[in-house]
Order: sequence, then structure tokens, then C-alpha cells
Amino acid sequence: MSIRLALFMFLALFVLGCSKETKEESATVEDHTTAATTDTGAEAHGTGDTQQGGKSALDDPNSPLAVRVIYFEYDSSEVLPQYRSVVEAHAAYLAGNPNTVITLEGHADERGSREYNLALGERRAFGVKSQMTLLGAKDNQIKTVSYGEERPALEGHDENAWSKNRRVEIRY
Amino acid sequence: MHRTNRYFSGLLLACGLLFNAGAWAVEFIIDKGVENPIPIAIVPFSWSQATGMPPVDVATVISDDLTRSARFASMEEKNMPQQPHDFNEIQFKDWQRLGMENLVVGQLKQTDQGDYLVDFRLVDVYKGKQIAGFSIPSTQLQLRRTAHEISDIIYEKLIGVRGAFATRIVYITVIKTREGAKKYTLQVSDADGYNPQVLLDSKEPLLSPSWSPDGKKLAYVSFETKNSAVYIQDLLTGAREKVASNPGINSAPAWSPDGTRLALTLSMEGNPEIYVMHVASKQLRRMTNNAAIDTEPTWSPDGKLLAFTSDRGGGPQIYEIPADGGEPKRLTFDGNYNTRPVYSPDNKHMAVVHGDGNTYRIGLYDRASKQISILTDSHNDESPSFAPNGHMIIYTTTGARGTALAAISVDGSVHQRLALQDGEVREPAWGPFTNR
Repeated sequence: MSIRLALFMFLALFVLGCSKETKEESATVEDHTTAATTDTGAEAHGTGDTQQGGKSALDDPNSPLAVRVIYFEYDSSEVLPQYRSVVEAHAAYLAGNPNTVITLEGHADERGSREYNLALGERRAFGVKSQMTLLGAKDNQIKTVSYGEERPALEGHDENAWSKNRRVEIRY
Repeated sequence: MHRTNRYFSGLLLACGLLFNAGAWAVEFIIDKGVENPIPIAIVPFSWSQATGMPPVDVATVISDDLTRSARFASMEEKNMPQQPHDFNEIQFKDWQRLGMENLVVGQLKQTDQGDYLVDFRLVDVYKGKQIAGFSIPSTQLQLRRTAHEISDIIYEKLIGVRGAFATRIVYITVIKTREGAKKYTLQVSDADGYNPQVLLDSKEPLLSPSWSPDGKKLAYVSFETKNSAVYIQDLLTGAREKVASNPGINSAPAWSPDGTRLALTLSMEGNPEIYVMHVASKQLRRMTNNAAIDTEPTWSPDGKLLAFTSDRGGGPQIYEIPADGGEPKRLTFDGNYNTRPVYSPDNKHMAVVHGDGNTYRIGLYDRASKQISILTDSHNDESPSFAPNGHMIIYTTTGARGTALAAISVDGSVHQRLALQDGEVREPAWGPFTNR
């Protein structure tokens, strides 16, 4: 995964010729290259995509970065332990890519009042953001927006739907 | 009692609604009425012109209004012993024999200028006396409203409280397009579901419409900028202004009773807090300061207090502060979920959403006893809004069949459902009394 990322970073820097930030960025790239040596060669396949502007490391279905939704318990904004690795991976990615900005979209299930749910969605997004910033992401890399119960991932009026709708979506 | 009245609205076609335009109807289903409804006979009104039909069947509009309130039993035309149009024509004994207590007779006249005059008399059959009699000038466009105003007068004379038939309701509809996308509209209609008009349509969610006290403007939340923002829109001209669009939440607008201020929720300073905005200057005053969620502000009828939802004590509960600032006081202690307060017009109650983790129902908080009684019995009821006379609460109910509007009387004796044939209808807000 990280080879693709490293290649992408190099290509991006090369194309952009962004001299100001080259020093900082190249350090990041090196870090990733080092880490990448342990990865399988299968990742190299993705480099073709990066030339078209894709974000290959983020596209790897086996990476924790591929997980883009964090689910919550009823009326709770606590990030559950099983999502710790997901939050860590995204935080590390952001720390390593200081120009990347993501949006955390907070959502709630349909039960209870809409306006309270709007606030609950925001609190969930804030909860994820605060963990990510503690893990090295910068405050200005993470935007938040709450849609409350207005944009359910799954239509339905039962726990199956509700459990899929209490969520934070990570959007790059 | 289970009556169904169907109101098809042709006007929406004229508005050019793109989806489901032909299949539009609002259906009123009375699930429950009072045990002893007041018997009344509304005799068809005479029509002054020798040819043609009257533009509005005034007697039917009145009869439908009263029937829908579920507090009246309106006599069918075929059972009427006679059809008088004036007090002098009434054969009182014929009506007394049928046990009919109240009679409405009237005349619809077209003037030389092409306008209309509606004469009506409400008569006590047993006393043989007129209870009320008015001659109301009207126009073709206003005739239905005039009929609703007559219903308001009848309701007031026989029940003791002004009727709320000549009022309007605003609500949000959600319709799925053929492509699977959602289309949201903000609509206003007469209180009986007639004359629906689209005020705004959007591909992004709309919520929380709030009437200005003069009934001329609406504040609401729209996600059209990919974040919540508060807008004010003039009903007549359609002109709209974005009044709050800060980072974070911009939502829950509520107009002050004097019309000069808007209470709302903003999270621009870190988490949701209640603010009061001076509408003319847009100047903001922060009313709460707490790390918890504070939202859903609402004004007491005299404008002196603000109630809101806060989870500062753990779960969400209703709190109240003086509208000029002060320490919040917790009002609700029944159960662990009470949100979305709204004061009754007489300031004696608040309607709230009361949840127990499984069901969410409309609760009525009694300000004197501090107790909450549960008014509804569905699984997910929300967005309560009082009729301006305080008799009914309109709200949203969601079940297996989707989301629809329903209304319940404050004493629980009357329950109605208002169903849209296609799509969802939700977030109702009952408009104020307005004078023509």
C-alpha cells in the first residue's frame, strides 16, 4: 500500500513542482517508503491509478484506511474499541499527509427529535475528530458536518436500519 | 368512529409539481372522536344567480371542518326535513322532532361588482333563537377562507374557544424520484389540506419550519450549502435570506412572539448552544454556555421565557431560562428522554417528545403539576405543534408504512391522521391566527 502512496507523493510533487513544501513532504514520503518495504508487491499494481490522480493507499481494500464508516451505540458518541485501529490509521495518514483534508459526517438514527439528532450527529463527528487530532492529525485537516437523521444509510424503521444509520462517515 | 374524507387538490397541478402531480391527495382519517359530539345541521346555502354553480359549496366546507374536528356530528343533507336559507323560513318543530339542536342557514350572493357576500345564521333550534349571524364580504379567491371563518365562529359559539379552521399549516415533504434521489419540498396549505403550495424545493434536506407571529414569514433549516443553514422566507413574495450559516450546526429557528427575534442553535463556538438573533440587525446573543448539547429553543407565549433541550444532566431533558438571560432550570424529570418542547398557547402545558429508549411519543408536560402525560401510542412520534387555539397538537408519526402527519387533541379525546398518498410528510408547524 505504501509504495503506491510513496509513488503518488513523488509524482504529485514532481508534477506540482511545489518547491516550498518539498522538504517537509519528502520526509513524509521517505517514511512511507521505508514502511512500504515490508509490503507485498501486489500494491504496485495500483500505481497506474495514481497517475490519474487517484489515492491508491486509500483505495486498498485491505487497509484499515478502507474502512470509512464508524458505527455508534444508541444515543452515544463514544468511539467503540473495535474502531480504534481505523481511527489510528486515518490519523496516521493525515499526520503523514498534512495537505490532506477530510470531512467527518455525523449521522443519527431516526428515533427522537430531528434537532437533537442533528446535535448528536455533530457530537459523534467531534468525538472521532478529537481522537484523530490526539493521534497526530491537525485540527485544520478535519472538517465536520452533521446531517442528523436526515441522510440514513439504510431506509427502514427497525434496529437493523438504525444501527447502520448511527454513524460517522470519513470522506476524503 | 372511523370516517374518511378525501381532499383532492387540483391546485398543486397548477403549481407544476413535477412528481406524482396527478396522484396527490391529503386524506383525513378520524381514528377517535369525542363521545358525545354536538349535533349540527348545515343547510346548503342558497345561491343568488339563476344560472351556473356557486364557486364554493360553503355549507360543505363548514360541515367538513366541523366533522373533521370530531367534536360535531353533522347531519347529512338527505336527512334534513327542509332546506331553509333564512331565519324566517325555519320550521323549528320539524328539526326538534329529529333531535337537532343547532342549525346553520345561509345565502351566498354575487354582487354587481362580481364579488361575493356570505350571509349566515347559527340558530338554537330548541330556543328558536339566533346564536350568531354575520354578513361577510368575500371574493372568489377568499370564499373557502370565508367558509372556514364561519366554522371558526360556530366552533367558538358552541364550544367556547375560537376555531382554528381559517389557519394554515407548513410542512416538509420528501418524495423519491424515479432515479432514487430524494426531493424535499417546503409546503404550506390550508388547515384542511387544501391549496397546497410549494414554497421551496431542494435536493438537500429541509427541516424545522417556524412561523413568524404575523404569519407572513417562515424561518427554516436547509442543507442546500452542504451544511445546515437558517433561512427566512417571505411567504407572499418568496424572497429569502440566509441569516445563519456558520461553521457547525445552524438550526432550530424559533420566532419570538413579538416577531423581532429568532432563537436558534449554533455550534460555531464549539458545541451546540442557544442564541437569540435580532432579526433586523442579525446581532447575536448567546443564551447558554455548557459543554452539553443545548438545542430546540422555543418561546413562552408572553416571550419572557425560553425552553430548550439539553443533555447537561446526562440524558436529554427540558430546561427553561428567562429570555433576557439567566440560569437554566430543569423542568422535566419523568423518564430519561424529553426533547423538542413547545409551549401551549395558554402557557399551561408544553408538548414534548417523550422517549423510553424503545418508543418516542408526544407527551404533555403540565407546568403546574410538573408531570408528563403521554398523548400518543405509536413508536416514533415527533415535531409537536399546537393549533393557535390550543385544542389540537399536530405532529409527525413514523411507522412501518412510512412517515405521515397526525393530530391529537390536548385532552386525548380526538385523534386524526393526515396521510399523503405518495412520499413522506413531516415537520408540521401550525400557523398563527391571522386577520384578513
